[in-house]
This record gives sequence, structure tokens and C-alpha cells, in this order.
Amino acid sequence: MSAVHSPAFLNALRSLLPPESLLTAPEDTRPFESDGLAAYRNTPDLVVLPDSEAQVAAILRLCHAHQVAVVTRGAGTGLAAGALPIDGAVLLVLARLNQIKNIDPLARTAVVQPGVRNLAISEAAAAYKLYYAPDPSSQIACSIGGNVAENSGGVHCLKYGLTVHNILKLRAWTIDGQLLEIGSDALDAPGYDLLALMTGSEGMLAVITEVTVKLLPRPERAQVVLAAFDDVAKAGAAVGNIIAAGVIPAGLEMMDRLAIQAAEDFVHAGYPLDCEAILLCEVDGVNEEVSDDIFTVRVVLAASGATEIRTADSEEQRLKFWAGRKAAFPAVGRLAPDYYCMDGTIPRAQLPHVLKRISEMSIEYGLAVANVFHAGDGNLHPLILFDANQPGELHQAETFGGKILELCVEVGGTITGEHGVGLEKINQMCAQFSTPELTRFHEVKAAFDPDGLLNPGKAVPELHRCAEWGAMHIQGGQLPHPELPRF
Amino acid sequence: MLNTLIDRIRAAHADGTPLIIQGGGSKTFYGNADEGEILGTRTLNGVVDYQPKELVLTAQSGTPLAEIEALLAEHKQMLAFEPPHFGGAATLGGSIAAGLSGPRRPYAGSARDFVLGVRMVDGTGQALRFGGQVIKNVAGYDVSRLMVGALGTLGLITEVSLKVLPCPGAESTLQFELDEAAAIVKMNTWAGQPLPLSATSWHAGLLTVRLSGARSAVRAAQAKLGGEVVNDAPAFWQRLRDQTTPFFDKRPSTFNQRLWRLAVKPTTPPLKLGDAQWIEWGGAVRWLVSDLRESTLREAALRCGGHATLFRGNAPVDGAFTPLAPALLTLHRNLKQRFDPKGIFNRDRLYPDF
Repeated sequence: MSAVHSPAFLNALRSLLPPESLLTAPEDTRPFESDGLAAYRNTPDLVVLPDSEAQVAAILRLCHAHQVAVVTRGAGTGLAAGALPIDGAVLLVLARLNQIKNIDPLARTAVVQPGVRNLAISEAAAAYKLYYAPDPSSQIACSIGGNVAENSGGVHCLKYGLTVHNILKLRAWTIDGQLLEIGSDALDAPGYDLLALMTGSEGMLAVITEVTVKLLPRPERAQVVLAAFDDVAKAGAAVGNIIAAGVIPAGLEMMDRLAIQAAEDFVHAGYPLDCEAILLCEVDGVNEEVSDDIFTVRVVLAASGATEIRTADSEEQRLKFWAGRKAAFPAVGRLAPDYYCMDGTIPRAQLPHVLKRISEMSIEYGLAVANVFHAGDGNLHPLILFDANQPGELHQAETFGGKILELCVEVGGTITGEHGVGLEKINQMCAQFSTPELTRFHEVKAAFDPDGLLNPGKAVPELHRCAEWGAMHIQGGQLPHPELPRF
Repeated sequence: MLNTLIDRIRAAHADGTPLIIQGGGSKTFYGNADEGEILGTRTLNGVVDYQPKELVLTAQSGTPLAEIEALLAEHKQMLAFEPPHFGGAATLGGSIAAGLSGPRRPYAGSARDFVLGVRMVDGTGQALRFGGQVIKNVAGYDVSRLMVGALGTLGLITEVSLKVLPCPGAESTLQFELDEAAAIVKMNTWAGQPLPLSATSWHAGLLTVRLSGARSAVRAAQAKLGGEVVNDAPAFWQRLRDQTTPFFDKRPSTFNQRLWRLAVKPTTPPLKLGDAQWIEWGGAVRWLVSDLRESTLREAALRCGGHATLFRGNAPVDGAFTPLAPALLTLHRNLKQRFDPKGIFNRDRLYPDF
């Protein structure tokens, strides 16, 4: 039994925190039972809500002393059950560490606590005509600490990069309560690139209490073109053609017929409905450059077989074009009681093949799929529609989703582009990595957290799990992870 | 070819023989002196895959940078981190292992920013693959970026996948007569405005600024900023990238004079550590030819939010890099121990006993 229930541990915790920062009653802890992936739920035993870095460090030291596991949670918007509570663990919620400590307009940096919302950084920087570039679609709610933990992306990654490209420095604490100052105020730091290692580490290595982010100047102008295609493959080819023409769009999104229909019914963005796919291509930058790029993009889209091309000629229209895309998830959510959002990335050239296989599997599993695609960087979000109240449908949706991710690996891609592995995709890690590679991941964790107390069981599968998974996934007569013992 | 290298690594692991990983040998001066048998990577030669429309290039680590850049140029694409060649023989693997970037770095990103995946062999002779060939990938820890700048101490990089970018349609370089303090403010002020900056340099009273982008954008920025147009600009930036200007290249006047790289917060005012200085990266790097004590320079860099590297000396260097805080040093040792338990790769190159 975990020490989390022992009076000694609880009393020590009470001495560290004011009463309102410690939740133990099920009615208080239940709101934290899941993150953004609500299919996975587990009421936490104990929730702590520190409001200072010193409290975080003290909580970690105490948990280490009592060998109690810690699951760190930010705003709880993650989509991979990375912040799913674990039995016998403390849920460490960093939402109250929500101060923007400093904005330096000349150096173009902001120093923020982990609970600061992504969008709040850009709002605070707006006074200096600066902004924080990564913009996951949950940016109104998601917090920067979680963004670092997941290496979050957004619609502007192709041009502006992911979280890893947009942060300079972290203050983080190991499970035994030692401060790590990672990165620097310069553009690099001595030694190994622990900043990259921490980014996307899903709360497995250390707990972040401060992030220094880069701010960028607001582009002078942004403009979006909408193009319709009668064939998904043509739309996919158009994406490559735009890039081959030397344009790096700020955003390049694709939606398929079902996603377009759903978005149009929901927000009336004015999307064409008699097509198989639409592309939204936004270019930004200096005024003159945007004019040139828009011209190039239109020429390329026409040559790529677009059946209709519209350019937003006002900010109002630009936002309207985007409204449909930004509302795509809730819009698709209206089509069925539940949907399951996948997050694979593929080399773009594989798009026609992958979409064809997904539609075949859709028939096979009897579940409809709407496809929303960060086309510029190959990140696919198939939304599988199902009804959790129908016996077996959730399981069916999860199996279908797993198959899509394995397909992504098969064509040279990855099981997660921006949502993280969490608990959700842990089996598919066995498809993407070999036993020695997974062993190295476990060793990286052990280098930071030898007792395995930070978010145990997430992100990297135990090897016996891969053996069990592999037993069910024999491909071409070859058993994955053949070297592992099976039982 | 790869199997031969793996066999040698396994043998070295078995008997604890130290190995020095070497590509083109263009950066042997960089880092601390190391000892061991040379493990050459030049047999790992060739581009494995290049899809211009995917913006991704994969090549074996011993492939010369010049070959990769020539191939990219045929498709009007480039390595946007502008890796230094230092004499011409630089390989892709060496560039990634050293993690050095050129003048475009503050505006486009660093070597590590463009790495999408690596294949490597660890210190036990185990071949491993991390990351991949796609731009977005958050499966597993980012071990491929951990290899960048690790100076080969965690393993032999055998293959690298990189994001590449289209070459800008136009470039123009402008020069301004400005004192150091004013130049630092200018570089930072302009970086906060929507201008197509792609490189900045200040030396001996001259601020030099490169603009890259669509022809129209470069022209508009040029009109806005003013200054004198520099004619042989590509040569200017290449000399700075490869450190072949007299400032970097000349024999120091005394034996104790060494080339230091101070990485600092870009807005740091003039350091007042002597006149032999070249500023790059929007103020974030200050090169000093100096005979000041190591501790003076290290403390100065630390005060300015950064770190100091002894980049080139007149003799083999020890203590090239800023020592790590104890908690970070422990993590480094733990990681080194896991990836290279016998410590066979590039022993001492990064830190003593590594």
C-alpha cells in the first residue's frame, strides 16, 4: 500500500501547505479525475495545489522521502491521459503558479510560471507588438508548463516551430528536490541539451516551476487563401507544390469532406461544400512579401487543380476562414455522441495512401472518420466518431485509432505529432521503437528519477507490455520484440 | 561500413579502449584535448534520402557538408543554421555533434532546431534510432537533439535527418557606422520589429546587417533601415562563419592570448573586456581575443546570463567549457554512464572524466 494514505505523510504534507491547497475528499478530488482525454478516468487519492516554487520543492522532497509517486498536472487540457491520476500517487497541480514574472521587450523574452495560460503570454506581450508563437488549439486554456511537458505545437509549426524551438530556459526540480537551471539567457548553454530533453518529457523527468520563452515581433500582415479540391490526393500534392515554390506558409491546414460539412453546419464559415477537401494557406510577414507570396500560392493552387480559390481580403474574412477550422473538433463532436482524436504524423507524400487506408478501415470498423490535417507539417488528426453508450464502441474506436497510428509508423511517420504518448498511446510506442531504444528511454528517466516516482507508467512502455502487445501484432510472419520473454 | 564501425566499438567497449570520433577533422581544435584511437566516419558517406517537397534531408554522418549544401542548392534549398566549415572538410555528423551554427542562427534557428532524427551507435555497440523524418514528433524523449552539441560523448552519430528550408529569393547586406553600445541596442530593437533580418555583426565600429526574404521585402526593409550596401556580402558572412577573417585567424600576439566565445543575453551592454572583440548573433555572442584569466571571463559571462567557452588556444585546451552546477553535472554523468558505460567515446573532450 502506498504511503500516500499514511498519517505520517498526510501530517507532513499539512505542515507544508495551507488547508485549501490540499484536497483529499473524493468530492474535491473528482474534478481532477481526467485530463482532456475523458475516456481515461481515475479519481486521485490526493491533490496538492502549491502556489510557490518553495512549496513545490518541499512537496517533492516529502514525496521522495516517503517514496510516493507524483503526477504533475497543468491546466488538464492534455489529450493523451498524460496527467491521468495514478493510484497511490499525489496529483501535483501547478495551476496556481500563474504569474508572468517579467517581460523584457528589448531582449524579446518573457519569464513565466508554469500555470500561465499560453494565450495570456501573447496577450501580455501585445503591448510591445510581440507574441509567443506556438498556438495549440487549446491555447485559451492550456498552460505553458504543460506545453513544455508535451512539446506542444499548433497551426504555425512549419514556420515558427514547436515549443522546443521557442523556449530559452527552465527552472525545474528533481524528485529529490534539487533545483535544475536548464538553458540560459543566451542562445545556448554548456553541456548536453537538457532543454531539448526536458521538452516533451511528459512530467517524467523533473517538475518545471519557471519557463523563459522567446517572443517574436507580430507580423506586419497575415493573409489566408482558401482552395477547394475535388480529390484529396490533389489537395495533398498542392501542399508539396506550395513548398517547392519556395513559400513557407505560416499555416497550412486541410479538411476532408466530413470535417468541412460539420464545420460549415456549426459556424457557417462559408466553406464550399461540393468538394472533397479544402486547403487553408496563410502567409505572413512583411507587407510586400505577403503580396508576393499570395500571388505565388494562388498560381500554384490553380496549377495543382484547385476547383475554387478565394483570398480573404479583410481581417474579418480571414478570421471567418479560420473559424471553421478552429471549430472543427467541436463541430465534428456534434455529429456523434463521442469522438476520438488521433495525432499521427506522416511524410506528406504518403497522405493519399494513408487517407485511403483510413477510409477502408472506417468501413471495416463501422465507424465514421473526419480528417483534419496540419498539412504543412504532416500532422494528421483523424476524428473517429462513436457512441460510448453502445457496448463495445469505445473499445472499437480505440482499436481503430491504434491501427491508424501503426499505419503512420509503417509509412515512416510517428504515433504522436503534438499530443504526447501519455497512457493513451503507450502500446503504439512498441510499434515505433525497438527494445534497446525503449531501454535507453527508461535509462534516461532513471538518470533523472532513479526511483521512478515521477508519472510512473506513462510515456514509455514497460518491456513486458511490449511483449504482450507484440504477441497480438504479428506482421509478415515477424513478431515484434522477439527477444522479450513472453508469459 | 557501419558494421565495421560497430565491431570496433564493441571491441573497444570490451577492453575499454578510448576512441576519438573523427569526420573531416575540421574541428579538432574545439573542446578539450582527448586521447584515443581515431574512429573515422568518412566511410559513412552519402545522402540517403532527400525530398525537397517534404523539406527533409537524410544523410550518413560522414557526408561532407559541402556535398549536402551543393545538392540542396540545386533545389534552391539550404541548411538554415549555416553550419561553419572551418577549412572545408566538415562533415554533417561533425557539425551536428559539435552543434555549432553560423550567422543565421538567431533568426532561423540552431543546428539542434533543425535535427529531426538520428541513427547512432552507443558505447556498447548497440545501433539505435531516435526521432524520425517528420517535423512534428513527440514520441519518446528527444534523444536526437540530446546528441547535438554532445561532442560525440554519448555515441557515434551514423545518420542524421534534418529539416531544410528554401533559399531566400533575395539578400542584401547593409553597413552602419555605430559605436558598440548603440549597435547592441539597434540589433535588439530591429529584431523586435517585423524585418527580414538574417544575420548581424559588429566589429571595429561597423554594424553589418543581412536581410533575406522576398525581393520586395528586402527592398522595403533596406529603404527603411538605410545604411551602406555591402558589395561582396556573401564572402563577408562566409568569412565570419568559418572564422577566416584576420581577427579570428591571425596568430595571437602573445602565447596567452586565446579566442573566447562569450554567450550572453543579447541585450548585454558592452562588456569592457578589451578592444579585440567581434559581436555576432544580435548581441548574443561576443568573441574576444584575450589573455584575461579564465575566471574573469567565466564570471563576466555568468553575470550576463550566459557562459564562456575557450574556443581556440595556442596549445591543446583543457577546461574549454563552463563547469556545470553540481545537480546538472550529476545528470550529465548519469546520462554518459547509460549511453557509454565504459567511457570510450571522446574521453575528456566535453568535460574531464567524461
